[in-house]
Amino acid sequence: MLKQIVNLIGKEFILEFRTKYALGAILLYAVSTVFICYLSFGTIDNKTTWNALFWIIELFAATNAVSKSFAGESKEVQLYTYTLASPGAVILSKIIYNIVLTIVLTLVTVLVYTILIGNPVVDMVLFIETAILGSAGFASVLTMVSAIASRTNGNLALMAILSIPLLIPILIIVIKLSLIAVSGMQLQDPTGFLVALAGLNVVTAALAYILFPYLWHE
Amino acid sequence: MAIKQHWWKALGVALVLYSIVMGFLGTVPALWVLHETIRNLYFHVTMWFAMMTMLTISLGYSIAYLRNFKREYDVIATEAANIAMLFGAIGIVTGMAWANFTWGEPWPNDPKLNGVAVGMLAYVAYFILRASIDEISKRGRIAAVYNIFAWVMFLVFVNALPRMADDSMHPGQAANPGFGALAPGMRTVFYPGVVGWILVGIWLLNIRKRSREIEYKLLQNELN
Repeated sequence: MLKQIVNLIGKEFILEFRTKYALGAILLYAVSTVFICYLSFGTIDNKTTWNALFWIIELFAATNAVSKSFAGESKEVQLYTYTLASPGAVILSKIIYNIVLTIVLTLVTVLVYTILIGNPVVDMVLFIETAILGSAGFASVLTMVSAIASRTNGNLALMAILSIPLLIPILIIVIKLSLIAVSGMQLQDPTGFLVALAGLNVVTAALAYILFPYLWHE
Repeated sequence: MAIKQHWWKALGVALVLYSIVMGFLGTVPALWVLHETIRNLYFHVTMWFAMMTMLTISLGYSIAYLRNFKREYDVIATEAANIAMLFGAIGIVTGMAWANFTWGEPWPNDPKLNGVAVGMLAYVAYFILRASIDEISKRGRIAAVYNIFAWVMFLVFVNALPRMADDSMHPGQAANPGFGALAPGMRTVFYPGVVGWILVGIWLLNIRKRSREIEYKLLQNELN
């Protein structure tokens, strides 16, 4: 099981390094969105607006990044993978790969966003922690939803409809946490929220692991 | 849902009628701000209990469907979610009427309200997902998986998040008193109301399921 997961993750990375398609596309997406915001806003004085804009960019960048994870594979490749590995290993390897991809994407977005628009964050450690945990949450929900959406009649529009309601609990916690980080006022202890966010990630990954076998067998 | 007796339907209707009549005529404690609007408790809160029960029935049948792929289980899971949405819609409308009197506006920015609204959106997505798959067995399987996800997220929305948010105006959240503070005279109306609405919901589910079975059989006859 563990060996299968490691091999499958290795496969994802090799494929990515060969084509550099996904990484290039999503980085271009994130950077150009930030650039559009920079052109229209210049700098942002209001901290709440800064925060909201960041998470909107982040949400759609993550959706774009992960939505291809199952739909991008041909049916033949999927069948071949399933003859070699257990479904649990397939979904876990996809989730882990997407988490890494989304975290890289998030960190690059933070960097570009900081350079172009500015960075009013007071507690940078908390902000990065939130960004990493939040993007891990996005990645695990989106991976599962992309598995569901790929089973329908190839409708990518369905991806957004299915995932956004499920992503909102993560978004609510993440926005609360990053507002604490941005304002630097510890009105509420952030530890509880961080634990809740991590818990939500574990629950999502566990559900994906249990339910995925029912999705792939025809 | 092969319950052949009818007594529980009569019981459900009787309990609902009792809670409506006693809801308007019974004595309620005179409270600051709430005044007579406290009677809405019998109509607004019972809806959420009934909704949560129907959603849990839907979850149960979705899990059962994934275990042995019986078509009827998928039908029951869908219809239970449908009826839950009906209860939810009534719950939102009665809640808005109540909020208008006590909180001054029909939709205050309250985590519980927003949570339920988004939670119901997840179930709308469930119906859209069903509509997008043609093959019956595949639709049942994929919809069941999404339904289990939606139920967990719904629980997070209406229970975990409002508690964490710490600024909800609903009872039992933040520093507000919960059901423990309910007047004893109101309990004898409220809990029978809850049971009544749940029984009516199961009756509705039974009818919907049977009508879907007839539709299915008619379709089969047409095809043969």
